[in-house]
Amino acid sequence: MQIAARMSAALAALMAPSAWAAGTPERWQLNMTEGVTAVSREVHDLHMFMFWVCCAIGAVVFGAMAYSIVKFRKSKGAIPAKFSHNTTAEVIWTVIPIAILVVMAVPATRVLYKMYDTGQPEMTVKITGYQWMWRYEYLDYQGNPVNYGFVSRLDRVSDNARRVNSGVDVNTVDNYLLEVDRRLVLPTDTKIRFVITADDVIHAWWVPALGWKQDAIPGFINEGWTRIDTAGIYRGQCAELCGKDHGFMPIVVEAKPKAEFDQWLASMSAPAPMPAPAPADAPADTPASDTPETPATAATPASAPVAALVTDNGRI
Amino acid sequence: MAAHDTTHDHHDHDHKPTGFLQRWVFTTNHKDIGTMYLVFALISFFVGGAMALVIRAELFMPGLQLVHPEFFNQMTTNHALVMIFGAVMPAFVGLANWMVPLMIGAPDMALPRMNNWSFWIMPFAFTLLLSTLFMDGGAPAGGWTLYPPLSLQGGLNVGFTIFAIHMMGISSIMGAINIIATILNMRAPGMDLLKMPVFVWTWLITAFLLIAVMPVLAGAVTMLLTDKFFGTSFFSAAGGGDPVMYQHIFWFFGHPEVYIMILPAFGIVSEIIPTFARKPLFGYQAMVYATASIAFLSFIVWAHHMFTVGMPLGGTLFFMYATMLIAVPTGVKVFNWVATMWRGSMTFETPMLFAIGFVVLFTIGGFSGLMLAIVPADFQYHDTYFVVAHFHYVLVTGAIFSIMAAVYYWLPKWSGRMYNETLGKWHFWTSVISVNVLFFPQHFLGLAGMPRRIPDYNVAFTDFNMISSVGGFAFGFAQLLFVWVILDCVYGKSRAKADARSWEGAKGLEWTVPSPAPHHTFSTPPKIRDEDLAHGDVSH
Repeated sequence: MQIAARMSAALAALMAPSAWAAGTPERWQLNMTEGVTAVSREVHDLHMFMFWVCCAIGAVVFGAMAYSIVKFRKSKGAIPAKFSHNTTAEVIWTVIPIAILVVMAVPATRVLYKMYDTGQPEMTVKITGYQWMWRYEYLDYQGNPVNYGFVSRLDRVSDNARRVNSGVDVNTVDNYLLEVDRRLVLPTDTKIRFVITADDVIHAWWVPALGWKQDAIPGFINEGWTRIDTAGIYRGQCAELCGKDHGFMPIVVEAKPKAEFDQWLASMSAPAPMPAPAPADAPADTPASDTPETPATAATPASAPVAALVTDNGRI
Repeated sequence: MAAHDTTHDHHDHDHKPTGFLQRWVFTTNHKDIGTMYLVFALISFFVGGAMALVIRAELFMPGLQLVHPEFFNQMTTNHALVMIFGAVMPAFVGLANWMVPLMIGAPDMALPRMNNWSFWIMPFAFTLLLSTLFMDGGAPAGGWTLYPPLSLQGGLNVGFTIFAIHMMGISSIMGAINIIATILNMRAPGMDLLKMPVFVWTWLITAFLLIAVMPVLAGAVTMLLTDKFFGTSFFSAAGGGDPVMYQHIFWFFGHPEVYIMILPAFGIVSEIIPTFARKPLFGYQAMVYATASIAFLSFIVWAHHMFTVGMPLGGTLFFMYATMLIAVPTGVKVFNWVATMWRGSMTFETPMLFAIGFVVLFTIGGFSGLMLAIVPADFQYHDTYFVVAHFHYVLVTGAIFSIMAAVYYWLPKWSGRMYNETLGKWHFWTSVISVNVLFFPQHFLGLAGMPRRIPDYNVAFTDFNMISSVGGFAFGFAQLLFVWVILDCVYGKSRAKADARSWEGAKGLEWTVPSPAPHHTFSTPPKIRDEDLAHGDVSH
């Protein structure tokens, strides 16, 4: 398995030079991202293993067909054989596929067990899907309750450009349809548990770099967990048809190293002296601009400091 | 009774009713009903295809150029509804109506008047469904799967769509009853079950699937109806219900439904390959048992369409293993087709080209299906274009190609004339190339992170979307060739006459009646000679 994993990784690197740039899709991307968590890498390895097994089976089957098509043609004078069955062959090509399936099922089961283990989290984040935006609420962190949340919407520049006949060339928009006004900021190296629900219809929360998605179902709570290895910006989208703007409610996770995250969270939930309230339609602030490097600036928070859930870009 | 004299019967039994109403609206003849189903399916194919071209046109480039997102969602929803319920299923039913009685030596279906209703419900059901495009609020736009709560946010279209689905369901159930009654009761003496053509077997099994699951769909959509109009809350958590329960009920129908759409295809390919390989089908009994196994397994895998709903670990594990298991009997069938080709003496007329194309491309669709079965990986594939690629491979290069193969194969029997083989080959090659240009890149899009059912996307997804759209338009226009070949065959001036045995290697009762098949065949049961049958030799 080790060798296969290394081979797959090498070939995946050949096929997807973007493997390291896990956060944002690349042009001409052929393959799934390896992601930035141990789970996402295992998922990628499973995917590649399945892929190579299918290629091998395909080579055998299509090879036999190609050979037949060339060799056993009437135009070449082939005389048809008369055989019509062979029980031994049927047994062999029933048993061998079953064996192959077992070989596939073992690692798949192992990874699935891991993905279900939401126990002992260091942090919990609640995610709520709405038509057509996400709300994030930090529930607790390192054993302490946190009472901070906000709504995350498609970034204004994208939202403007995507209107029918907007006149804007979307190729000029950075991270078109994959940027939001308020990113979900998370710490690296921390087991984070997500509790996921929705307010109206079924949505689904998906960040490919984290390796999984879960449906957000109104009235029910689903769970997920992650442990992000690498700081960076990771983009995803809603993955369950939820109405007209299903394609326009992206997800952006900004993973900061623990120390920076602690600082960021403190500045967010501290009841700072309120400046003049930011008008509800404040032009998009700096977070919309994409810096692919580590989100180092802790200087100014994304928008006016907020206390708890009350003010939220001027909206609840 | 003297031995069956086909030329004598040709004169007496080719008398068709006169007048449009008598011939077509009041017909109880399995051949005419089969023809009507096939024409209906062809028209639906173009209607659904037009919707697909709206989709591909909008997705050609990032940015919204042509349609609003609301309308785009109507297109994706109705493209699927029309293709599944209007094109694929009626086409297979049409083929069953034409060929099953001929293949078993029966004079017609068991319940000919019910057969007429089964067909005539369909144009009305589709008028109802498509009329919602012109209503306030438009056509349904929540996906063909109609998941609540989203589907219940629809306006006028909710009631009409549900009513249309009920009508289609009734049509299918009546058709399925007819098929089972015909096959079990009206086989000519000597046509034992294990001598029947594989196409008859696959339709027998498909008919049981239809009867089992169409009522379940009816139940699911009726619950949607009462939730919308009569104050129930089956699918609303606020009222104590569960949106996920809808998904369970829907997919309990939905998974067998996809096997309903592929088993007849397996039957068709099992008829065509032996004919053009001039060699008996390899492993007839294994093929029958594999089909039955697939049908049984199809009932216990439904939740693989729902791996991300938040199922407990035991559930996802069970459905993963059961889904993987279906690969085994399906693989057996593929190996048997290849073994039929092996050491045959093949020629590559158009039906054989489509059948071989089916085996290769359906297998590719099967591989992506196997990958989708692996739950941890599915968490990345679900609701992306990887799934779209998978099901289009099995449905377009699978089911649709098999239908085209069947039409080319049996057109000489139906019309009495050979179609234009050169144009048929042109149709095949343009189709097979364009369909791969259309759908293969969608695997990459899904793996790169593009979700389904979105009208616009990040610029990273531009290139493969562009390629896919070009393939889509090419494939769409290539189908005009198909229509031309059919019309030219039936109405054109200079087509060669077809023999009763239109293909050199063809075996089976349908090839013992003249081409075109007289309006009434086997009014007296044929005397069956095992050598005439493809599977008359029961030692295998």
